[in-house]
Amino acid sequence: MSSIMEISLVLLEGIKITLIVLALSITISTLIAFVAGLSRVSSNVLLNKFTGFYVEIFRGTSLIIQLFWFSYALPGLFNIHLGSDIWTAVIAISLNYGAYMSEIVRGAILSVSGGQTEASIALNLTKFQRLRYIIIPQAIRMMLPEYGNYLIQILKATSLVSLIGLTDLLYYGNIYRSTHLAEAPTVYLLILVFYFILALPLIAFTRKMEVFSKKGVAQQ
Amino acid sequence: MGESIVHYSNIFKTFGEVDVLKGIDLEVKPAEKVALIGPSGSGKTTIIRMLMTLEQPTSGTILVNGENLWQMEKKGQLVMADEHHLRSIRGDIGMVFQHFNLFPHMTILENCMLAPTIVKKEDKTEVEQQAVEMLEKVGLGDKIDLYPSQLSGGQKQRVAMARALMMKPKVMLFDEVTSALDPELVGEVLEVIRDLAKEGEMAMILVTHEMDFALDIADRILFLNDGVIEEEGSPEEILMNPKSERLQDFLARFNNR
Repeated sequence: MSSIMEISLVLLEGIKITLIVLALSITISTLIAFVAGLSRVSSNVLLNKFTGFYVEIFRGTSLIIQLFWFSYALPGLFNIHLGSDIWTAVIAISLNYGAYMSEIVRGAILSVSGGQTEASIALNLTKFQRLRYIIIPQAIRMMLPEYGNYLIQILKATSLVSLIGLTDLLYYGNIYRSTHLAEAPTVYLLILVFYFILALPLIAFTRKMEVFSKKGVAQQ
Repeated sequence: MGESIVHYSNIFKTFGEVDVLKGIDLEVKPAEKVALIGPSGSGKTTIIRMLMTLEQPTSGTILVNGENLWQMEKKGQLVMADEHHLRSIRGDIGMVFQHFNLFPHMTILENCMLAPTIVKKEDKTEVEQQAVEMLEKVGLGDKIDLYPSQLSGGQKQRVAMARALMMKPKVMLFDEVTSALDPELVGEVLEVIRDLAKEGEMAMILVTHEMDFALDIADRILFLNDGVIEEEGSPEEILMNPKSERLQDFLARFNNR
């Protein structure tokens, strides 16, 4: 019993980094998702193509390798340093998940019924007003459940940052295990429990959004 | 010419390989009520959608208040209208759709208030007062805080009319506004349109399958067939005394239903 307490205290040390990386990654990947998602439905061919290229590159390669690239390859090759390790991790995770999430933004915008655009043209709204007041508010309702799923995935992806030396939850667990080999099952069980507890609010958010999104969307 | 508010001349419209409209000429005077009838696929809806700028004519011109809707002058040449030009003209046109197209994420009061506040930048308190009055006028004064999903089809369509009327258009277009409704809800919607028609000053173009209704409120009926205006005249001429064989057939099929 005392070892559970001891291990938990060690793991708590790492939660701070996990939460910082999670919060920053969620914020930045959401911004990227909106910018890229809107670019993908824009009529500007160049913007559209460029964003498509970005999305495919980042969806088509693995996050862990992107982390290594940002962390080790870019500084070595081009002398590009993305700031501290935390920022390196946040940028890699955000670009990766931003690419995935831009697809749900794009899909949601495209699935708002064409009648909504026609009605807003008939009321003489500008193109920007159509997006701002009619299309995006409905698209957000539609994308929220899937968005919640991605938030949970981002949480789990943050565990990879220990591989570039960030002292997160998993990092502390691994350190503890390396000096207390017999405790490995307890350590990893507790790590699972910790991640699950962190995911609970995100799961609750997703559930709530599923209910919310059923209201107030035009379906035809 | 100057007195007509809408003037189509020699309008053609092609969708891919299909010629939907083959030379439409149509003038509508201010306050005139015109009904378009005809078999489905005859191009009735396309005619009004082009006026609402939802569809671009393949060739021909449409004048609104004497101004060319789909073309504008640029460096002495006629070029395709841009969004700015379209917006400057389409403010005079309003439209009610077959499937209502209410904004589902807003209450019906917000539906009615949105365009006057953000497009015309009118004072919010005044707009709200007008919107409430408008919704009372269409018999929904007690429902202003409900969302569209909480209303019946007939109620939705009455909200859609109130919303379009809030922009005070000079020409109102009705695109088969009762055909998505359950039969018992048709009457309440037609009643509102009838009241509007009686008020007078607004021109109306109605695409409809309700012959009795067209007879009742229209000043003129146009029968469209296969992309051309086959016959036009007063409601009595068209519905009681059809000349062309096609119109006779169409009406006979209609009465036999």
